[in-house]
Amino acid sequence: MTARPFSLRAPTPMPGWGLSFGILLTMLSVVVLIPMAVLLWRGFVGFGAAEMWAVVNRPRVWNALALSFRAALIASLFNLVFGVLLAWVLVRYSFPGKRIIDAAVDLPFALPTAVAGIALTAIYAPNGVFGSVIRDTFGIRVAYTELGIWIALIFVGLPFVVRTVQPVIEEIDRETEEASATLGASRLRTLTNVILPMLAPAALTGFALALARSVGEYGSVIFIAGNLPGVTEIAPLLIVIRLEEFDYDGAVAIAIAMLAISFVLLLAINLIQIWSRRRTGAV
Amino acid sequence: MTDIPQTRWRPATTEPPLVKWTLIALCLAVLGVLLFAPLIAVLDEALRRGWAFALTSLGDRDAQAAIWLTIKVAAVVVPLNVVFGIAAAWAITKFDWRGKAWVITLIDLPFSVSPVVAGLMFVLMFGANSSLGAWLVASGFPIVFAVPGIVLATLFITFPFVARELIPVMLEQGKTEEEAALTLGAGGWRVFFTVTLPNIRWALLYGVLLCNARAMGEFGAVAVVSGKIRGQTTTMPLMIEMFYNEYLSVAAFTMAGVLALLALVTLTLKSALEWRYADQLAATHRH
Repeated sequence: MTARPFSLRAPTPMPGWGLSFGILLTMLSVVVLIPMAVLLWRGFVGFGAAEMWAVVNRPRVWNALALSFRAALIASLFNLVFGVLLAWVLVRYSFPGKRIIDAAVDLPFALPTAVAGIALTAIYAPNGVFGSVIRDTFGIRVAYTELGIWIALIFVGLPFVVRTVQPVIEEIDRETEEASATLGASRLRTLTNVILPMLAPAALTGFALALARSVGEYGSVIFIAGNLPGVTEIAPLLIVIRLEEFDYDGAVAIAIAMLAISFVLLLAINLIQIWSRRRTGAV
Repeated sequence: MTDIPQTRWRPATTEPPLVKWTLIALCLAVLGVLLFAPLIAVLDEALRRGWAFALTSLGDRDAQAAIWLTIKVAAVVVPLNVVFGIAAAWAITKFDWRGKAWVITLIDLPFSVSPVVAGLMFVLMFGANSSLGAWLVASGFPIVFAVPGIVLATLFITFPFVARELIPVMLEQGKTEEEAALTLGAGGWRVFFTVTLPNIRWALLYGVLLCNARAMGEFGAVAVVSGKIRGQTTTMPLMIEMFYNEYLSVAAFTMAGVLALLALVTLTLKSALEWRYADQLAATHRH
């Protein structure tokens, strides 16, 4: 490395820097950065941190925030476990219809959330196909309770862990497993002590993506949730309600609270990931 | 005669068949309950009163307006995202510059923002309560509660899609082919159209498919900025909600069926790309 005068970019004969970087910066600013800055400005400067805290620190808002993050965590944890299992089944086993199943995993990415919302509600409502069976067998309702929110969020976050873990399983060198078996480890021990640690970083990435997606999810949840204030009212819905009341400051306060909690959660997951990478030496 | 018990030999790197088939059955059961059942439910509810009744509900004037609006919004958003995605991938993969990692993080930011919060941002910026918004409304070009707002909100939600498909592919392909073309005297655009574009076309198509599916299906962000004016700012997903809340179940599920069909077409094309052109897609889509 030779010292060169400070510049934003290393010299290269490649053309198109001005145009491509110009489009990148302009569109990023107009679509993402400026709107984001307006939201934060409106909250911290226009309204004030203390006032925002006063809005958030009320039972109805707390309950909505707690519900959104609790349900998202539960759904993403389910997807973490099930996603690793499904990725394993899709990579390692062959069975009839596997290609269709593999393709179908991405359905939640392609199916609009409103469609998923009314479809899940139709099935899990007390008079629906599964809803009535569950009600008669276990005596619990799924739709219009928190359980329904879990189902919707599991649906929405289903593909993330599968899709991040699948390529890692494909890359695993069979010799590692053979070595473990040669050394006398049972198949279960090989899976838990050799395979799972290798999958952990990718699985955590998928978990973080699923969590980020399901915390803010609105379309699929509002149909199945029942939306009872303080009980089954998620935070995004409360923002919409505040907006409909023209209480922009209230909406902004809840939005910033959501962003802040998401940021802390994703940061924590990132740290765990760095730690697990370092521990296993995986890349 | 003593029979030597035949033990079937199983490689040490596989699970016993019983475990294997239990796991497969478990996965299929969960997917059946979570993925396939809703799809069947949409069809079942839409056809509750027969094909004719379902198709008539699509002929409704508001339903038609919603379908057209959805197509129009996607027709604006997808090309804009293609331009952005290509420009972003070009700037990121063909040049070395400071702050690149930050910019990549910022491109991904819309993935971790709730659609409702995204909509809220544009309401704050362009709503009648802001001075900019009031001026825009006065000069006859409203953005919020109008089509431009829907386009902006959809653009925010789908912003990372194309860029994220292109960046890993173009990183992997490097820039030697482009450099060779430059050495041979080709101009910038010629290099792009004859060297780069053929290399990234399938990845680009993949990104466009996902971007389009999300653009046509976006609900939360659009719900906040559209104002839900019937026949004017109501996209297909919003129309589903309206029909549903008005207890027009067949109309709601028929429109949902149209979008579900679109989702199935998207998945089919996407899988076809994954099987046929796997080597030209981002590594995570190769099976």
